[in-house]
Amino acid sequence: MAEKRIGEDTIFFSSYPTIIATASTAGKKEGEGPCAKYFDKVIQDPLYGESTWEKAESKMLLESVRKVLEKARCTYDQIHFMFSGDLLNQITASNFAARELPIPFYGLFGACSTFTEGLTLGGMAIDGGFAQRVLVGASSHYQAAERQYRYPTELGVQRPPTAQRTVTGAGAVILGNDGPGPFLTAATIGRVIDMGISDPLNMGTAMAPAAVHTIVQHFKDTGRNPDYYDVIITGDLASVGKGLAEDLLKKEGYDVSDRYTDCGVMIYKPDADTQAGGSGCACSAVVFSSYFYPLLKEEYQRLLLVSTGALMSPTTYQQGETIPAIAHAVAIERNRPEGK
Amino acid sequence: MILMAKLTREQKAYKQWADSRKPGPSLGRNIVVAYIVGGLICTLGQGVLNYFVSQGMSPKEAGGPTAAVMILLGALLTGLGIYDRLGKFAGAGSFVPITGFANSIVAPALEYKREGYVLGVGARMFQIAGPVLVYGMSTAWLVGLVHWLIHK
Repeated sequence: MAEKRIGEDTIFFSSYPTIIATASTAGKKEGEGPCAKYFDKVIQDPLYGESTWEKAESKMLLESVRKVLEKARCTYDQIHFMFSGDLLNQITASNFAARELPIPFYGLFGACSTFTEGLTLGGMAIDGGFAQRVLVGASSHYQAAERQYRYPTELGVQRPPTAQRTVTGAGAVILGNDGPGPFLTAATIGRVIDMGISDPLNMGTAMAPAAVHTIVQHFKDTGRNPDYYDVIITGDLASVGKGLAEDLLKKEGYDVSDRYTDCGVMIYKPDADTQAGGSGCACSAVVFSSYFYPLLKEEYQRLLLVSTGALMSPTTYQQGETIPAIAHAVAIERNRPEGK
Repeated sequence: MILMAKLTREQKAYKQWADSRKPGPSLGRNIVVAYIVGGLICTLGQGVLNYFVSQGMSPKEAGGPTAAVMILLGALLTGLGIYDRLGKFAGAGSFVPITGFANSIVAPALEYKREGYVLGVGARMFQIAGPVLVYGMSTAWLVGLVHWLIHK
């Protein structure tokens, strides 16, 4: 019997792993958005002094990792595992950052859902007694993603209003088995959902059903309602996907409209010429690390973070495959739930 | 041949519903801007052609050097990081003229230079323009064949 499971896809962390510290690095356009003042660092040059976009992404991740270690006053040997992922082929941004770090490393690929995938696995490692401190990271880079998934960056093309801009940034979080909170209390692991969308410039629409599936499953498994949470945050559905998700949830009988937001909608200024909004592994990672984490100590008691990922590659969509999507939900609370 | 995955009824219904709510591009604005910018680029090209003609070339002779100047201009603006912004603004207006063709070759050349001159620049320079060349030439060949069959 797995005693930490409830319902079909949900787990409860019995020892309540704590988020000890968070750090975030973001690009220039992100640094002009509403979250600007909360980032630890904003880089002005997308190359960040390196010779390639890919190196710049790795460097951002590495710096976020070093920053979060400093904030948590941790040394490398206190970190038992690092979980990290990104969008580059073979997740090289994470692999190459980990090359510089004396920390046992798990590379993750969950596309833009990687951040909550990492939080979930990191939480399990701590709750299972396999680690005292775990580092979770996620990064993405606009130009690096653009050249891999779409077009060369200097190509003069117009993007449809459903397109999203990959967030340049890197977020890192340290989880621990002790500390004052906020705490990871539960997680619902997503299933891969494919609703037949094949347009890679309309990923919000492809991912919305996966987010809805995970959120509904979370409510069913835990017996909670939307009002249990002060805010429900999806990763990168952006404006198009967010509207769809909200209506799909309503159809399922859950009205979240008064407490629902999306990191892809939040990260850029409305007039930033980013079409529907932001996407990428860094989207939920930097918005959570910079904006929501401090609010968990002041304003919010409980939040549900649902990072969303589109699991396609340029090869699959060129071959006419539809876009499968996934979303993992993590419940994060200021205090340990009572009576548990 | 692109192989399309078969959709279930549930997927089709979702797609239809999502499509019905999808924000469309602002067609009116895009058409007007494309017309103006495309027109300006062509006017510029005409100006260059007229200059060569005024220097004593026949209009037919002036075609080649004019195309070369416009290609140079497109390549230069791509290298300076201006053409992608123009493209975002003007869409087909800047993509269709020969300057856009130059952009579609120079942009990958710049982008993939980091993978070296052989596997990067050499192999991927025609990533965007390649299909245009292949099907453009094939079409020209077919039309030529039809022309020859009719007039022989």
